[in-house]
Amino acid sequence: MSSPPILQAENIGRCAADRAWLIRNVSLSISSGQRWAVTGPTGSGKTVLLRTLVMLDQFHEGRLTWNGAEISNENVPAFRRNVVYLHQRPALIAGSVEDNLQLPFQLAQADGAAFNRDAAVQSLQQLGRDAAFLEKSSDDLSGGESQIVALLRALQVDPALLLLDEPTSALDADAARAVEMLVSRWLDDAPGTRATLWVTHNKEQLKRIADNVLTLQSTHERERNDD
Amino acid sequence: MIDGPADLSYLNILAAACLILANGLISLALQLKLERRLAIASLRTIVQLLAIGYVLAWFFRPQTPWLTVALLMLLMSLIAGIAAVRRVEWRYAGIWLNSIVAVLASSWLVTTVALTVVIPPAIWTNNIAQYAIPLMGMILGNTLTGISLGIDRLGEELAGKRDRVEMLLTLGATRWEAARDAVRQAVRTGMIPIINSMMVVGIVSLPGMMTGQLLSGADPLIAVKYQIVIMFLIAAGTALGTMIAVSLSYLRLFNRRHQFQHEKLSRR
Repeated sequence: MSSPPILQAENIGRCAADRAWLIRNVSLSISSGQRWAVTGPTGSGKTVLLRTLVMLDQFHEGRLTWNGAEISNENVPAFRRNVVYLHQRPALIAGSVEDNLQLPFQLAQADGAAFNRDAAVQSLQQLGRDAAFLEKSSDDLSGGESQIVALLRALQVDPALLLLDEPTSALDADAARAVEMLVSRWLDDAPGTRATLWVTHNKEQLKRIADNVLTLQSTHERERNDD
Repeated sequence: MIDGPADLSYLNILAAACLILANGLISLALQLKLERRLAIASLRTIVQLLAIGYVLAWFFRPQTPWLTVALLMLLMSLIAGIAAVRRVEWRYAGIWLNSIVAVLASSWLVTTVALTVVIPPAIWTNNIAQYAIPLMGMILGNTLTGISLGIDRLGEELAGKRDRVEMLLTLGATRWEAARDAVRQAVRTGMIPIINSMMVVGIVSLPGMMTGQLLSGADPLIAVKYQIVIMFLIAAGTALGTMIAVSLSYLRLFNRRHQFQHEKLSRR
């Protein structure tokens, strides 16, 4: 068990255009098999942290390593394929569910891998949906269905670490449980090799989905502690 | 050309100006409140065109050194580069430089090709200014439209579809894969006006340049040949300028770390 963590952040900080720190001195190390949660009050930078961890946004301080090494510019797409971030609000393209699921395979990073329709149908069946769901237009999906499609799409690229930004906050209880179930099934499919990091406000959910918790302070508190 | 065109007296121009009065009356009757703007616009038309007439007359003298002509053309391209940005809604730091570079690169390249291959020196002999300045002017006028439409559309696409662009990035897309659709849309938008006018030229509209030549007594077939050449030069300049401007904008908004720097983009 000496393999380096999938993702490690050391004293990472990101500031806004006006140079105010959005997050600062955040350290985190996520290894295979771990289930993490990030909590903290509104404005404490949970989304900023996740976006920074997948390098959607730049960081201005600290160090980020992936499997023990810093991430070079040309490795960023491969890194993001291995550490996938799921937006709070799913972004689907116009077209059918199947069009959306095929999207990751149209990128250069797919490297010849093709969309596996049977696997997609199987995943849908576990969620109580049949193959006809693949033909459904993305415009006609409910919020919960959209999030499930976005999640299935992300899982298809076979990431080592999945970062989920309050994926269930806008969903009803049933839809939220479906998302949680999909993620936990995915973890159980390859025990000890995959990891998750959830942002959640919900204490009950936190108990179900995480073993380790990182709590971010609000900017206000941080300033007080600095004094 | 058969002979030089018949001159118009200032009385003739005054007669044309009276026609503008009709516009003024309509504006008054319908309370459009356009009278002031209309008067200013008409005055500007007279002043600006007379001024450029005198300037061109001076530049077209055979003894004008070519360096002076080149400096005027440089000034024209700079103004076009700035004018292109003025119409853009979505802006970012560096947009002015990008627009000027795009205008300069495309218009100078196309004009150079025009005056070496398409209209070779044998035709313009020792009077380069009379060919270079009007050609450049027409290329610039259309290129700047293409550039401003293209940059504006790129900004609008990227800002409006930011979630989509970022979603692609999170699935391992390169910056180019994430931006490709927006870039395509932007270049298309920049080129639509010139393609449209090429479609209908001669059927719906007689281009201003050709009309001017005809009025001043040119053989229609010669006027038409020049017009075809001009259309193609304009199309080439617009395509090139739009592509350069959109590509440079893309490089400003997406860095080498495959990040979409959405915070750089702001609405005027």
